[in-house]
Amino acid sequence: MLDSVKGFGITFGTMFKKVNTESYPEDKRPTAPRYHGRHLLNRHPDGLEKCIGCELCAWACPADAIYVEGGDNTEEARYSPGERYGAVYQINYLRCIFCGLCIEACPTRSLTMTNDYELADDSRHDLIYTKDMLLAPLAPGMEQPPHPMRLGTVQDYYAGAGNVTATVPGDPATDGGGGRA
Amino acid sequence: MGLEEKLPSGILLTTVEKLANWARSSSLWPATFGLACCAIEMMATGAGRYDLARFGMEVFRASPRQADLMIVAGRVSQKMAPVLRQIYDQMPEPKWVLSMGVCASSGGMFNNYAIVQGVDHVVPVDMYLPGCPPRPEMLLDAILKLHEKIKADPLGANRERSLAPGRPQPELIASSIRYGAQQ
Repeated sequence: MLDSVKGFGITFGTMFKKVNTESYPEDKRPTAPRYHGRHLLNRHPDGLEKCIGCELCAWACPADAIYVEGGDNTEEARYSPGERYGAVYQINYLRCIFCGLCIEACPTRSLTMTNDYELADDSRHDLIYTKDMLLAPLAPGMEQPPHPMRLGTVQDYYAGAGNVTATVPGDPATDGGGGRA
Repeated sequence: MGLEEKLPSGILLTTVEKLANWARSSSLWPATFGLACCAIEMMATGAGRYDLARFGMEVFRASPRQADLMIVAGRVSQKMAPVLRQIYDQMPEPKWVLSMGVCASSGGMFNNYAIVQGVDHVVPVDMYLPGCPPRPEMLLDAILKLHEKIKADPLGANRERSLAPGRPQPELIASSIRYGAQQ
């Protein structure tokens, strides 16, 4: 007899419990720091690109989402330290499965992932991200390439002081979260 | 679509248009079309923690006649494609399609003979959502962007004009920015 009323007690008690629902668009909770989100092409502290156009990310990609075309640096137009730079860099987000194998393959830590995930769009064309959309914004003290190597020789970039990951202030991916993906 | 298509365009219609679009975007009932792992995230979006009911979408209709939005969640095989098209044809106008996940959007990593390389080969897609699978927030973001598109959708005579190539489209802003969460 009393058991049927007991059931309503649970319903009544639930009214005083903490609400489990997240109010997403108004209150965006941060993801896990190593969440695999949109990619980011990093820069050296002087603004030169870290990408050397080696295509290892494209070869590692299981979904063939990455397209890279390397180009030669010259003394007049230098985009990265060393001989080569990524002249064309495209990621097709309608193929990318965010597995992070490209991040593991990258020899210069040029390619990392951010925690940004709001990517939905209404055309297939707009979801192929080009190099200008993927490159990290210029932090203070950086200079828009092409420009000569400001930090000395190629060795200085890849050994010691030059090898500090360029951090973008306020970006959770490079501000600590951009570790091994 | 219906009676509103017969109305002349003008000042009266702009108000009707706003009202109709508001009603359509505020209770967009999705048709259940879970095909693979993305459907798990779709179910999570409907459940308590993310709660699609906040946007008037909690009822996943198993019957296409009562649905407005088809969320294609998962990879579409060649055998499934005619079924998908039939479900779409059975839905009443106005109807929208959200292609959830990379497999539905472009075939994803399954670039082979068994999988349709994007459901837009079969049905017109209004919103593409990358991710493998997309997290529930990504689906909510895509749905909210679709709401913005529906709200900007013109009626009647204006609709034909708006469907012409090079038409102005509503700008798709990330939902957390549009709705004021500054993180």
